[in-house]
Amino acid sequence: MTKIGLEIHCQLTNLESKLFCSCKANYRQFDINENICPVCMGLPGSLPRLNQDAVKKATMIAMALNCSTPEKIAFFRKNYFYPDLPKNFQITQLNIYGDTSVGGSGSIMVGDKKIRITRIQLEEDPGRLIYEGNSSKNQITLVDYNRAGTPLVEIVTEPDFENPKQVREFLNILSDLLENLGVSDPSLEGAMRADANVSIEGGKKVEIKNIGSFHDLEKAVHFEITRQESLHSREIEISQETRHWDDKRKITISSRSKEEALDYRYFLEGDIPWVTINPEILQKLKLEMPESISSKKERYVSKYKIPNQVADVLSSDKFYSDLFEDSHTEANAKEIANIITTDLMGLVDTREKREASKITPKHLGDLADAIQNGKISRNSAKNALHEIVKTGKELSQIITDLDLGNVSDESELLVIIKDVISEEPQAVEQAKSNPQTINYLVGKVMQKTKGKADPKLTLDVLKKQIEQ
Amino acid sequence: MNLKISALDYVQEVQNGNISAEDFIASTLERIRSVDEKLHAFLNVNEDALNQAREIDKKIKSGQKVGACFGMPISIKDNMCIKNSKTTCASKMLENFVAPYDATVISKLKAKDAIFIGKVNMDEFAMGLTTEFSAYGPSKNPWNLDYTPGGSSGGSAVSVSAFECVASLGSDTGGSVRNPASFCSVVGLKPTYGLISRFGLISYANSIEQIGPVTRTVKDNAFLLNMIAGLDSNDNTTVDNKNEDYLSGIDSGIEGKKIGIIKEMIADGTDPAVLSATKEAISKLENLGATCEEVSLDMVKYSVAAYYTITATEAGSNLARYDNLRYGYDFSLEGYEFNSYIQKARKNFGPEVTRRMIIGGFVPSAGHAGKYFLKALKVKNKLTKEINEAFKKYDLLLSPTVPVLPFKLGEKIDDPVALFLVDINTVTANLTGKPAISVPFAISNGLPIGIQFLADSMNENMLLQAAYALEKTVKLPEVPI
Repeated sequence: MTKIGLEIHCQLTNLESKLFCSCKANYRQFDINENICPVCMGLPGSLPRLNQDAVKKATMIAMALNCSTPEKIAFFRKNYFYPDLPKNFQITQLNIYGDTSVGGSGSIMVGDKKIRITRIQLEEDPGRLIYEGNSSKNQITLVDYNRAGTPLVEIVTEPDFENPKQVREFLNILSDLLENLGVSDPSLEGAMRADANVSIEGGKKVEIKNIGSFHDLEKAVHFEITRQESLHSREIEISQETRHWDDKRKITISSRSKEEALDYRYFLEGDIPWVTINPEILQKLKLEMPESISSKKERYVSKYKIPNQVADVLSSDKFYSDLFEDSHTEANAKEIANIITTDLMGLVDTREKREASKITPKHLGDLADAIQNGKISRNSAKNALHEIVKTGKELSQIITDLDLGNVSDESELLVIIKDVISEEPQAVEQAKSNPQTINYLVGKVMQKTKGKADPKLTLDVLKKQIEQ
Repeated sequence: MNLKISALDYVQEVQNGNISAEDFIASTLERIRSVDEKLHAFLNVNEDALNQAREIDKKIKSGQKVGACFGMPISIKDNMCIKNSKTTCASKMLENFVAPYDATVISKLKAKDAIFIGKVNMDEFAMGLTTEFSAYGPSKNPWNLDYTPGGSSGGSAVSVSAFECVASLGSDTGGSVRNPASFCSVVGLKPTYGLISRFGLISYANSIEQIGPVTRTVKDNAFLLNMIAGLDSNDNTTVDNKNEDYLSGIDSGIEGKKIGIIKEMIADGTDPAVLSATKEAISKLENLGATCEEVSLDMVKYSVAAYYTITATEAGSNLARYDNLRYGYDFSLEGYEFNSYIQKARKNFGPEVTRRMIIGGFVPSAGHAGKYFLKALKVKNKLTKEINEAFKKYDLLLSPTVPVLPFKLGEKIDDPVALFLVDINTVTANLTGKPAISVPFAISNGLPIGIQFLADSMNENMLLQAAYALEKTVKLPEVPI
């Protein structure tokens, strides 16, 4: 049986500052080596100041993944030399002397499959290496320390995945969960990274490192399974090793570095006292935690009678569910859910489009109310939504500007309907004997009004006219 | 100009207008110029000190508010950062490191209008107890220039003892303030772990070390402690001392106090002169109304081994950052890849640092940690339990600060193990986080002997009261330089 385990690194991108100093956690906005200070550069004499907010957020992640949460947490030093590591040790957490990381064992359901979480730890991200020069002889390594010290949460799973599809489903659920918690924006480049370990029946465990995105992770796992299976079928032994994901060629390559042989000489970080997270603190954190995706979904279905599938899509995406939460009333909830899932999602399907979008919760509420009051047809609503996203203008303004309002004036409508009846004598006769076919005539009215006729009113007037 | 006055007297004299900060600083600089060639306490002298003194005099004259130090010249061990000045740790590795920020103790003293007269010598990265491991040459003991002043804060003790400044800040990882204080006949305090911020102190063994004042009198020590102790948001290990005043009750005496004499610290190997001085100190304390009896701290036997194991482990990690990539000394990167570069760059560490780096790479490593590092932590925990038990019974503990008299330069430098054993009486305070102080008590054949008190955590007040009581019982000769 194929066994896959994951080690996911998630930056707490929504925090204000780095894990041990007041430099910004959002390092992406800075020029090279502009987001640094004596602490994150590890200058002589500097000391780490633990960001309590990071501990809170990491603990929330642990709770959301149903992990045990130790009452006292500690930090350890992982000692190794690397140019992206200003102190030549990383401050991280460790559970080999008892559970002292923010999260112990936990689990999460992926469909019907239970994926066990081994542990969750809070640690600092190293700097970023930039390689310049083409041949290995004149290669230069440049270091950007802007990222050094960014709060990172490592989530380690048991080898519970059986195929790449489960891995992908898990990652989708996980990134939705992290986004919903408000701790991280998974769409930011480099905010979520992962290592995987893969073993097939009869083979040894192979670790894959250097996978830059979740998208590539699935590919890397897929490649690795295929590679191992082909070795196995030719009776070549699969050795235990670390392989690197080659981003350009989309293959895994055996690492020559003896990473496995490194001895990290872990020991307690004396500069950071133990942090107590007692039941009262946990209780407070629980209250601060946003509603979980599953609870939202349940509420959408039971309270607003929103269909299961719609509720599923709506609840799992924080951007849309926040819009929904801030816009709906009991009466228009279902309509809003519809607008979001059938129309809006198509309009803002990328991060860039979302950021550029001018839509507010008020727009959505206005639009749903207008549909329900017959002020605007669903068809026109779609056009209005497009305009809202683009310009952010008030709905009433857009209706006037683009002449999207329904023709709901009976006398105005009557003129058009009479035209249709005289143009379509056959259809009128048919409708008399078979009332079902009246829809054809409604369609004709819609055509003439460019979809702006109030559908209910049109039907009523049509019926009356035909019966006469 | 009388440079021999205490810090408190200096403040008094300036306040009364009897002396000016400028005159005092000028005389101090003159003194340094005349004696430091022989003593080598200073690694560099603050060229701007006179200007700073003039500024302070101006403030005094114009009636502005002046900080409690009134321009008092203070020397700083060269492992504490002063903004825009070189901080070398007496190492070639940091030959060109200019600190871009002030240590917390420095900014606190600056706010009190202290003048940092210069950076003083130490063993490289504070590893050693003679200053012989300074990359810039050893300091000399002002009591006898052939002798070591002790270490690693040797420059602090020498500069205070030889009137090259009024007070100094040292740091104490295993006795580095108390040992040179004892050898140079000055007062040296190692406070409770966390009482003084370590922000800006270049780490050697961060879980046990503290900055401590070195002064000529116990009262001066309390005066300095008042200004630098307390909570600091830049150091998560600091503790709130609620702005305790260590000076106001210093004359409370020690009547009725129970003092435990640590048996293991006056064991075989203690110099007879040191032993007899200790006995004399005990009888003087008894005369003042204290009761003294022997107490055994069994774990002291293993304390030095545990101390060197823990400090080497932490040093191995703390000093790993010196890869010369971001700061350090002039050595081009051209033609090297990372590993070969840092291997070569790190050859600039001296012999003792290198020795401890190697030990530090070994004792916590996989397969060896259980036998060495983890065992050392067990000793630390057991020793802490033992001393906590002792403090249930005794108000204070006492021992000679160092079991031997100051020795000659070069005498022990080639015998690291013999050197290590000199630490036996001082490391306990560091391993257990307790405060300890060394008070000058006797001179034997021209060589100083200090007595050490230990108190329970955050009990600096009682510690200083006892030290002051003992200090008042002796009149020691003046330093012969």
